[in-house]
Amino acid sequence: MDYTPHTPQDLEAMLAKVGAEDLPDLFRELPQDLLFPPLNLPAPLSEAEMMRKLHELAAKNHSAAGSFLGGGLRAHYIPAAVGPLATRAEFLSAYTPYQPEASQGLLQAIFEYQTMISELTGLPVSNASLYDGSTAVAEGVLLALRETGRSQVLISQGVHPEYRKVLKTYLDAIGAELETLPLQSGKTPPAMIGPEVGAVVGANPNFLGTVENLAPLAEAAHAAGALFVAVVDALSLALLKPPGSYGADIAVGEGQPLGNAMAFGGPQFGFMAVRENLVRQLPGRLVSETTDADGKRGYILTLQAREQYIRRGKAKSNITTNAQLTALMGAVYLGALGPQGFREVATRSVLNAHDLAQRLRAIPGVRQLTPEPYFCEFVLELPKPPVEVRSRLAERGLHAAVPVPEEYGQNLALFAATEVHTEEDLAALEAALREVLA
Amino acid sequence: MIAEKKETRLESPLIFEKSVPGRRGVRPPAVPQADLTALLGAENLRPEPPRLPEVDELTLVRHYTGLSRRQIGIDVTFYPLGSCTMKYNPKVHEAAVALFADLHPYQAPETAQGALQLMYELQADLSEITGMEATTLQPAAGAHGELTGILTIRAYHASRGEHDQRRVVLVPDSAHGSNPATASMAGYTVQEIPSGPDGEVDLEALRRALGPHVAAIMLTNPNTLGLFEHQIRAIAEAAHAVGAQMYYDGANLNAIMGVARPGDMGFDVVHLNLHKTFTVPHGGGGPGSGPVGVKAHLEPFLPSPQVVRRGEGFALDYDRPQSIGQVKSFYGNFGALVRAYVYIRMLGREGIQRSAALAVLNANYLKELLKEQGYRIPYDRLCMHEFVAQPPEGFKTVDIAKGLLELGFHPPTVYFPLIVKEALMVEPTETETRETLEAFAQALGEVVRRGKEWLEGAPYTTPVRRLDELQANRKPKLRWEPSGQ
Repeated sequence: MDYTPHTPQDLEAMLAKVGAEDLPDLFRELPQDLLFPPLNLPAPLSEAEMMRKLHELAAKNHSAAGSFLGGGLRAHYIPAAVGPLATRAEFLSAYTPYQPEASQGLLQAIFEYQTMISELTGLPVSNASLYDGSTAVAEGVLLALRETGRSQVLISQGVHPEYRKVLKTYLDAIGAELETLPLQSGKTPPAMIGPEVGAVVGANPNFLGTVENLAPLAEAAHAAGALFVAVVDALSLALLKPPGSYGADIAVGEGQPLGNAMAFGGPQFGFMAVRENLVRQLPGRLVSETTDADGKRGYILTLQAREQYIRRGKAKSNITTNAQLTALMGAVYLGALGPQGFREVATRSVLNAHDLAQRLRAIPGVRQLTPEPYFCEFVLELPKPPVEVRSRLAERGLHAAVPVPEEYGQNLALFAATEVHTEEDLAALEAALREVLA
Repeated sequence: MIAEKKETRLESPLIFEKSVPGRRGVRPPAVPQADLTALLGAENLRPEPPRLPEVDELTLVRHYTGLSRRQIGIDVTFYPLGSCTMKYNPKVHEAAVALFADLHPYQAPETAQGALQLMYELQADLSEITGMEATTLQPAAGAHGELTGILTIRAYHASRGEHDQRRVVLVPDSAHGSNPATASMAGYTVQEIPSGPDGEVDLEALRRALGPHVAAIMLTNPNTLGLFEHQIRAIAEAAHAVGAQMYYDGANLNAIMGVARPGDMGFDVVHLNLHKTFTVPHGGGGPGSGPVGVKAHLEPFLPSPQVVRRGEGFALDYDRPQSIGQVKSFYGNFGALVRAYVYIRMLGREGIQRSAALAVLNANYLKELLKEQGYRIPYDRLCMHEFVAQPPEGFKTVDIAKGLLELGFHPPTVYFPLIVKEALMVEPTETETRETLEAFAQALGEVVRRGKEWLEGAPYTTPVRRLDELQANRKPKLRWEPSGQ
């Protein structure tokens, strides 16, 4: 079925008005041999038939709702209020708020979101959102290169390997060089930073889960005239120092832990906050408070001269559509939990992760690679190949053990625990892993 | 009705201004006593908690419900934003997405076969609709798809040892701003091609600009004037003759979805905006999805991974040595892919083609109605899914837009494309009734009849009136600050 409302009477009257004989005649000025190719698509389905097919497809998936998987996305609880509020029809079916008088709802919500991200990161200016964590890293680095006019990037191996891959794609495009600083004993070592390096990037917690003191790296970056980009876990900011306090010029990250479903990897949102002096280099939408003709407070998209639809080839980024709705989910989530609830989610996740790590590393042949202190994810060396371990656990109804790329070592698997897990859950994973590794 | 208007005209406090210390909303599971200093290190802990709002759940619900009433979307009113394809977003799509919410991208692939099958089938469906031979679902939005497509072309040229020689991307002057912005991000020099008097690409100018230094031409077809580029085959031939690649910007695919395929016109690459043509909700500005389809010679360069069939099942193929790499973590905006899949499968072949044709009918019908209201149509011929109009002589487009807001409609895209002065770019889409189109045309007539003085003051009863953009630019205030700071 389709969603067109036209009755035969409508068609007749409308075709007559536009001077066409029938629907195909509307395309009479196009090269005729192009038109109406036989499409190899299935026959139309009704809504009921479609839902049945979708349920069949969904039945071939296992829910990872209570899983111990990590590496960018995790199974956190999403309060019931988040979905219904963020996806209210007025928000869901709007587009970019180009007409502020009709878009105050979204614009105010974005202004509030910007404030929340600014609070979390300890940096004064947040944009309205980016696609995801990986592209936020790329945009953060490009910003630093624009600002410094340099073309080399130094990135800690502690940054998520997929984020580094995405960054490489973006940097290859402009001929910039990417150098990786290997982790030493699970942490980012002191670095020599050359005069052509414009961006230095570190992650906190890093990909192994370790909380790092990145202040020395930030200082070294600044001493060399480079900007420091911190890649941070949104949830960790409930407890850990904000990156603005240890020298980050730009903080970026993945917003999924803030009220977004894992959704097989997307959509979620990326966030970015920067120092005041970088605001005119910022990619993406930005909302400012202002006043209306009656002197009343209102909100509007601002500094649009940075953006592609004004600046075209000289824009700061080509980004247009970003991740507004998923960012709104993040804002509603933070509003629902408040500072105390947010802190409790983080604390419980940390406690569960430490409990789980203690249980799992006691299994014969298992060694913890992630050094102290760590947040809510950690990496273990397993006595069997992680891909196989993950599958055997899945057969037992447990999703855990993300295979870690070999650049970090052999037979490594990443585990996460969150506030959703109970002691019984942790014990169940321990028992299952013992069985699988036996 | 009057009461509601009054309510939305009230000041709207920020959620921070509703915050009361100690008030709580949703409570997580209980947390035992914890020595965070021991677990995380005293030097790593933040001294102060972030100043997040402290509200009860009902206050939260009223806050966001209140904000939503200060917002309009397609579900509220007609929203003919040109080149954005604001068609109805079926509710069944949201029900469909909920079935796939709890999948993790790193769970064992054998436990996500339904998701992978859906992606595999969607790759094939999109290739079929665009006339391409392979499709990646990874890009997160249209502009992201553009970057992916241009990098794919770049990698292709590089594989033939021609990268150093091909440094220029040609873009018509009517193109979306994202096209030149993308070409710049991909390291190319952008050269603009003028439009001819008929609103189409000036073929002679294009031929003069072509040469062995050109990597690609980026075209939107129908173009941003809503006109089909009739010479498209000649353009493609000329481009291919000098080894340049043809890039199709899919922003306007809705006009010809399944009716005429970019692949058959001679394009080598196409990006789609699933949030436009395939009615993924726009969400106030994303998340979207921008799959990229290519001809066979470009397939090896598409991002990694691709979803492939392996034996009885489906798998993620990372063994792509010539790939441009990854453009986004994981596999794309899967939630958007589910919606597009549902849309395509419910419409089927007939529905796809019929929807495109009715989008064209609605646009042409509205164009005729606008002429009756005294609006000028600079390129007045059979248009595709959208057309560009100008207000009656002496009226300003910005005022027309604000007048429409007062009458309860979302205005068309304004002041774009840049090649038409005072442009109103109108895209009604196929899901609107004849009565809505007529009411909108009446409203366009009405705002003119109310006269310039009324128009210059409009809107009057929206939550706010015209906003001071200059103030926001000169002295941007980008976050709330607690009072006294």
